Amino acid sequence: MVAPVAARRRTRAGSARIRFGFAVIAVYVVAAAIGPWLFRYNPVDTRTADRLKPPFTRLSDGSFAIFGTDQVGQDLLAQMLQGARISIAVGLATLLLAGTIGVTIGLAAGYFGGWLDGVLMRLADIQLAFPSILLAIFIAALLGPSVVNVVIVLAVANWVTFARVARGQALATRRREFVDASRTLGAGTWRLVTRCVLPACVAPVLVVATVEIGHVILAEASLSFLGLGTPASTPSWGVTIANGRNYLADAWWISTIPGIALAFLVISLGVLGDALRDRYDPRLRSL
Amino acid sequence: MSTESPLLSVRDLQTSFPMRSPVLRRTVGQIQAVAGVSFDIPAGGTLGLVGESGSGKSTVARTIIGLEKARSGSIVFDGDELTSLPKASMRRVRRQLQMIFQDPYASLNPRATVEQIIAEAWQIHPDVVPRNQHRAEVRDLLERVGLNPDHAERYPHQFSGGQRQRIGIARALALRPKLVICDEAVSALDVSVQAQVLNLLDDLRCDLGLAYLFIAHDLSVVRHISDRVAVMYLGRIVETASQDELFTRPLHPYTQALLSAVPDPKPWDKPAREQIIIGGDVPSPADPPSGCGFRTRCWKAEETCAHDVPELTTRLELHPAACHFATELAGAAR
Amino acid sequence: MVLLSVRDLRVEFATSGGVVTAVDGASFDVGSGETVALLGESGSGKSVTAQAVMGIVPKPAGRVCGGSISYDGRDLLAPGVAKGLRGREIAMVFQDPLSSLNPVFRVGAQIGEMFRRHRGASRREARAAALDLMKRVGIPAASKRLDDYPHQFSGGMRQRVMIAMALALSPRLLIADEPTTALDVTVQAQIMDLLTRLQAEEGMSLVLITHDLGVVAGVADRVILMYAGRVVETGSLREVYEHSGHPYTSGLMASVPAVDGPRDRLVPIQGSPPDLLSLPSGCSFRPRCQYADEQCAEVEPVLRQLPDRPSTHQAACHHPEGVLTDVH
Repeated sequence: MVAPVAARRRTRAGSARIRFGFAVIAVYVVAAAIGPWLFRYNPVDTRTADRLKPPFTRLSDGSFAIFGTDQVGQDLLAQMLQGARISIAVGLATLLLAGTIGVTIGLAAGYFGGWLDGVLMRLADIQLAFPSILLAIFIAALLGPSVVNVVIVLAVANWVTFARVARGQALATRRREFVDASRTLGAGTWRLVTRCVLPACVAPVLVVATVEIGHVILAEASLSFLGLGTPASTPSWGVTIANGRNYLADAWWISTIPGIALAFLVISLGVLGDALRDRYDPRLRSL
Repeated sequence: MSTESPLLSVRDLQTSFPMRSPVLRRTVGQIQAVAGVSFDIPAGGTLGLVGESGSGKSTVARTIIGLEKARSGSIVFDGDELTSLPKASMRRVRRQLQMIFQDPYASLNPRATVEQIIAEAWQIHPDVVPRNQHRAEVRDLLERVGLNPDHAERYPHQFSGGQRQRIGIARALALRPKLVICDEAVSALDVSVQAQVLNLLDDLRCDLGLAYLFIAHDLSVVRHISDRVAVMYLGRIVETASQDELFTRPLHPYTQALLSAVPDPKPWDKPAREQIIIGGDVPSPADPPSGCGFRTRCWKAEETCAHDVPELTTRLELHPAACHFATELAGAAR
Repeated sequence: MVLLSVRDLRVEFATSGGVVTAVDGASFDVGSGETVALLGESGSGKSVTAQAVMGIVPKPAGRVCGGSISYDGRDLLAPGVAKGLRGREIAMVFQDPLSSLNPVFRVGAQIGEMFRRHRGASRREARAAALDLMKRVGIPAASKRLDDYPHQFSGGMRQRVMIAMALALSPRLLIADEPTTALDVTVQAQIMDLLTRLQAEEGMSLVLITHDLGVVAGVADRVILMYAGRVVETGSLREVYEHSGHPYTSGLMASVPAVDGPRDRLVPIQGSPPDLLSLPSGCSFRPRCQYADEQCAEVEPVLRQLPDRPSTHQAACHHPEGVLTDVH
């Protein structure tokens, strides 16, 4: 009696973009995961003889520097692979933290409504009205530079987007008939939120997360560039780019190559996020 | 009428919603969605609650089942006063009182399988069916409502509208209720499927001894399934009678107009009846007319109708109707 | 005289599940001054047929891919023809009047716009004409309501506004797609009353599209019953209702609970409405039909005259004899 579900085999919106995005990101993740084992990086290791060598140079120890070396003779590729780890780790950790805070606040605001909604959303408005990078600089200056602090700072600056999406979904879902149906079965608030409302948030939140992770990685690099992010001993991309700034005239590669790598990752994440959003949740277009 | 106390007894129920000003969202007044409604449903009986949009019939259902809060009045179900019941006891009572919703698309969680949807009730009330019997029990229920038990693992979107409504019915039956509220339960279905679901509801009533509060705007559907019928207009019951009595001898002008407006697929079979077409629309419950709510559309309305709210009482040993001229109209209807 | 003639109309829609044939070889005529009911349940293709006549099949998903539609001798499927006739000769009223009216313009201006655009009327003339129309469709205190916005009207009043706009240019054919489905019963009666009155006054042809057998019973001269994109039965309304020659028609009649008479158990049609993505071979109604046999699976039935019935009464069924004798 059930209507057979025909094979849904039509090319769907943005397949190419999604495949491209995932491929690029996979390359970065693999590089970040196994790269530092292949190309050892020691932050206190300085070799003045190999300072500021351009890309494709054979170094004094016989190794080959594809991306050249920096001002203390460190191999730039090894440094970047290490940096990729930090950027991706910071990005993921931030999203996890910001997502948890944001979704919790958004669900509470959307589901319960009333004064709680008013208070939480005004808080979000204030947060949005304040330029997030300024806020991040302010908090970083207070807490001092460390990887954990960067994560906290960026999470504080980014929870609002998640809260808005979750609130929107909660508002849309809580009055749906199937939620009322669970209510009439005797389901309590906790059950309704976790079983009915939260699952409805998953897809849009993941889409938003993909868009946001690019912003977060960029923000981390910006903070580190300004010296407010990861400490100088932790070679995130921002730190490397900042270090190369003084040598732009003679050794362009130190800042440029990590910059290109960063830009390419952020663009790919943006493309992927847009494609996912178009496919799964076109209503989020304004975000 | 039996002397036993009814399964559900509603007395002077009132439910209102705050009316907020659009700018400041301050409460500026109350919309009286249900303005004093009383009725009984005996165990195993079916009361049809008919009305147009804005009549408050769905709010009555939602208040009884606890989705809205009653402002005043009493709802006694199986001996328990629901309006003052503590939360814990409410859970126990809920098992006996279930609901079938209007929209077969919106009322099933799109992310859950049929089995999860039906078994959810037993996760909330674990004592009804032990965990290891969920699967067998779901299959039983699916069979009972006329679905293939092998489809328990499917998702709602894989079913047609009528089949989804059957899933909704299975869910309502999962807790073995005594009373099921059907809120426009067949209105969204195609005619050919509507008849299937109506027959199913009929069978379930006989087999399981269910009582229904059957809410609908479609008079012919209500007539088909109900023992008693109550007609609502602007938050009040304007007439109530046994199904037979109400449809053959309507007393209230609104009931008469409503009956006259029902499209008849075979008008040539019957003696020509005079069609009553009442003008205008149902007034907004936010700004109801004074006195009798129906007077703005009533061809009988006089001075008194604007001042006195007619009571729902029995006049001349007929059935209760809330109209000052009910006896007169009864004569005319003969 | 035949005003509208539809022959072998085919309309396809691309959906996420594949291409469906929403209208599959539908043929029918509408005479001038005639009221015809186009009946069918969801997925029958009744609304798509109307869209094809109006030239408003949603693109790019939908496509008229076969057949012909001629209106008063003109080919409606030829480029530009339907557009030129829309509003002037053929008008349409939709199910949901709120979404068919522009929320940011006053109602009077929206009705008047018809005269300004098509007749070159001045603002003052258009306003006067709009007022006239609003009075004709029974909007109380019309002169006061000219300057109201659509949201200030009730559902029934909005439908009256839609009807007023449709009538503005005195069309010869009015297509009403589920005009009362969204309305309450008492308001439905008002609107049907209005439509029949206007049809008589204007002498226009009226095509009423609905799923409700009862609504059109006292109104339509003829019915065209559709199932899964095909016309399955056609004839004068009383003839079709009383001597149904197609098992689907008789099944529908048996499915409707009555407001009077004995309260018998309903005899529903078995099974589910057709899934256009996977229609059975031969007759689409076959899986739900008690008369179905091998012939029904192999040969798609065509419309033909029923035994001992008037020639205008036709059904697309291999076994109409059984249906006719069983029901009557």
